[in-house]
Amino acid sequence: MTPPADLVVRNVRVPGRDGAYDLLCAAGRVLTLAPHDPAAAFPRARVVDGQGLLLMPALTDAHTHLREPGQEWKEDIASGLAAAAGGGFSNIMCMANTDPVNDNAAVTKLMLRRAAESWPNGPRLFPVGALTVGLAGRELAPMEELREAGCAAFSNDGEPVADTEIFRRALEYAADLAPVVDHCEDPYMGKGTGANEGAVSARLGLRGQPDVAEALQVARDILLAEYLRAPVHLAHVSCRRAVELIAAAKKRGAPVTAETCPHYLLMTDAALLGYDTMAKVNPPLRSDDDRAALIEALRDGVIDILATDHAPHAAHEKETPFEDAKNGITGLDTALASLWELVRQGRLSAEDIVTRFAWRPAEIFSLPVNRFAPGDPADFLLFDPEESWVVTTEALRSKGKNTPLLGQSLTGRVVMTVVEGVVVHDLGRPAGS
Amino acid sequence: MNWPHKDLLDVSQLSREDVEVVMRTAASFREINARPVKKVPTLKGKSVVLFFAEPSTRTKTSFDIAGKRLSADTFSLAKTGSSLQKGETLKDTALTLEAMNPDAIVIRHASSGAADFVARRVGCAVINAGDGWHAHPTQALLDLFTLREVWGDELVGKTVVILGDIAHSRVARSNCRLLPMLGARVRLCAPRTLLPKAATALGVEVFNDIDAALDGADAVMCLRLQLERQEAGLLPDLREYARRFCLTTKRLSRAAPGVKVMHPGPINRGVEIASDLADAGNSLILDQVSSGVAVRMAILYLHITRKEKGETS
Repeated sequence: MTPPADLVVRNVRVPGRDGAYDLLCAAGRVLTLAPHDPAAAFPRARVVDGQGLLLMPALTDAHTHLREPGQEWKEDIASGLAAAAGGGFSNIMCMANTDPVNDNAAVTKLMLRRAAESWPNGPRLFPVGALTVGLAGRELAPMEELREAGCAAFSNDGEPVADTEIFRRALEYAADLAPVVDHCEDPYMGKGTGANEGAVSARLGLRGQPDVAEALQVARDILLAEYLRAPVHLAHVSCRRAVELIAAAKKRGAPVTAETCPHYLLMTDAALLGYDTMAKVNPPLRSDDDRAALIEALRDGVIDILATDHAPHAAHEKETPFEDAKNGITGLDTALASLWELVRQGRLSAEDIVTRFAWRPAEIFSLPVNRFAPGDPADFLLFDPEESWVVTTEALRSKGKNTPLLGQSLTGRVVMTVVEGVVVHDLGRPAGS
Repeated sequence: MNWPHKDLLDVSQLSREDVEVVMRTAASFREINARPVKKVPTLKGKSVVLFFAEPSTRTKTSFDIAGKRLSADTFSLAKTGSSLQKGETLKDTALTLEAMNPDAIVIRHASSGAADFVARRVGCAVINAGDGWHAHPTQALLDLFTLREVWGDELVGKTVVILGDIAHSRVARSNCRLLPMLGARVRLCAPRTLLPKAATALGVEVFNDIDAALDGADAVMCLRLQLERQEAGLLPDLREYARRFCLTTKRLSRAAPGVKVMHPGPINRGVEIASDLADAGNSLILDQVSSGVAVRMAILYLHITRKEKGETS
């Protein structure tokens, strides 16, 4: 028999459905999501008034850098998960480019212990193991050991494997264990410049990196994935050329999936004018044409998922001349609110966001997810699409305040995040009757 | 008029009227440079820091002389032997200099945007003496001053070719802004490897063929070729470069009669420009150096004596 509901959201709207709904949860699981019943009473439940709010499954971020161990001045797992909770995430994957590198079970377990100590009820952490030892691109990392310790994927993110022979063997070896995520960047061409090669870099006198440097590695990875029948997930796609390669590959049935990040959908390299180091990121912000191609690709599924590539840095690491500044934008706190601008413009739907930022990433990486079916984990967020807020350093829970959105006003805010029935973020909406 | 700018970061910030003010002021200082006693008390008691984080002899000396002829005290801070080599950040250097209350900081730095970075963090005037590949406004202003001395004020109808390593040239970028503002046509000419990929974004004509570029030109500005470009795979070698792009008497014969030859220095003779051309009667190379002192006197004067809004004298 069904237990009584212990957590209820009443009178809430749900993307893709008409009318108002009531979500009933018990013991961390979904009981039902049913049309709103004004007469129903829930004497034993915490009841949240969802009027004016949107209910979405909590998000999965397949691409973050939480910097612990080793670079805790930028971020640590506790602060990273705080930002995740505030941003509406229930699942967080964190990359292996820590110090020491996450290339063995001891590091993976340390990360998981830190997460359990700081956020015992979630958001859940899923470390990404290194693909090669020390991310050096020479020897394969012990992937079975990493998987058993809790890694959900393998990646040399930040230090892509240049040697194609090694990368081929890594894809083959990993194929039966967990997905491989690849940061696509030619090892030589305009490497790491953080500026797109184009009119803006020409005017500013900055060394630029062409989109071709990304597309070359995307093509390499697609060809290998098809040849080896080994899946590969293409991280942070930033340009039309890569989108076109992926679209053609998917048409042929190649086992590739792809992600892009909010900043590539919202900004272009024009953000670099004035040498704004906050907009320095790798891959770099591209042209408006690239931006349009990415939005379209996300809508039609050529790009499978959204991820933040949350890359926190300390203030002094960005307060430098452009070429000395670190690459990266912090994203967990602002992802959904910033993307909401595209929903308001009608360029993405709220359903696109649910599919691309919750359901599909969980599917690719085999993570728990809430599809609002009975028995699903009670992972959800409540979003106020009308609330305006200013992105101040205080409003960001991440230690990294490095975002070009700083000082801007966003419309739409995550007001509550729930993971397995536990409220991990609550801006204090009035309780319902 | 009161000079409207706290800093000089690039010529793109200047209006046509601002440029005329600089030219007029420089012309009046040029007269001082011809006197037996080359010093006026205009900036007595003012201090100018020459912060050159990249090797430079010519520009630094030019600013030093300019400051001293106006009776300012000038202080040099070079990268070698300074705390910058010990890992001090540019932000901390800027704040340290600011705390010493100079009236102006003249900065040369290898990073594009470095002058702007410092200017946002200090209250005194910041004069960009070259930032990375981005801008070298006093060079462009002195080039303009030099050309006006021979052509008069009118540049409409004149064609200026900028020849050489455009990609890495702050001189080219600043001249691409300034010369068209005064009505001149600018043509860039270089092998494709020494042009930015989006060179047309600089708003001028782009040539890869030197003969076509020189056709009917009224002035040719050669750029210095850094010897390390060869190592970066941008050029086979200097001889090969000279074979295609060295400015020679023969090539120059396609230009307009009376064509002028310029170079910001230091020259690699036989690489960017044939030795005889550098010394020929139509060379303005040394005139550029003399104009440089007058223009930099004008820039220091205008920025140091400007009044903040609401401030009375």
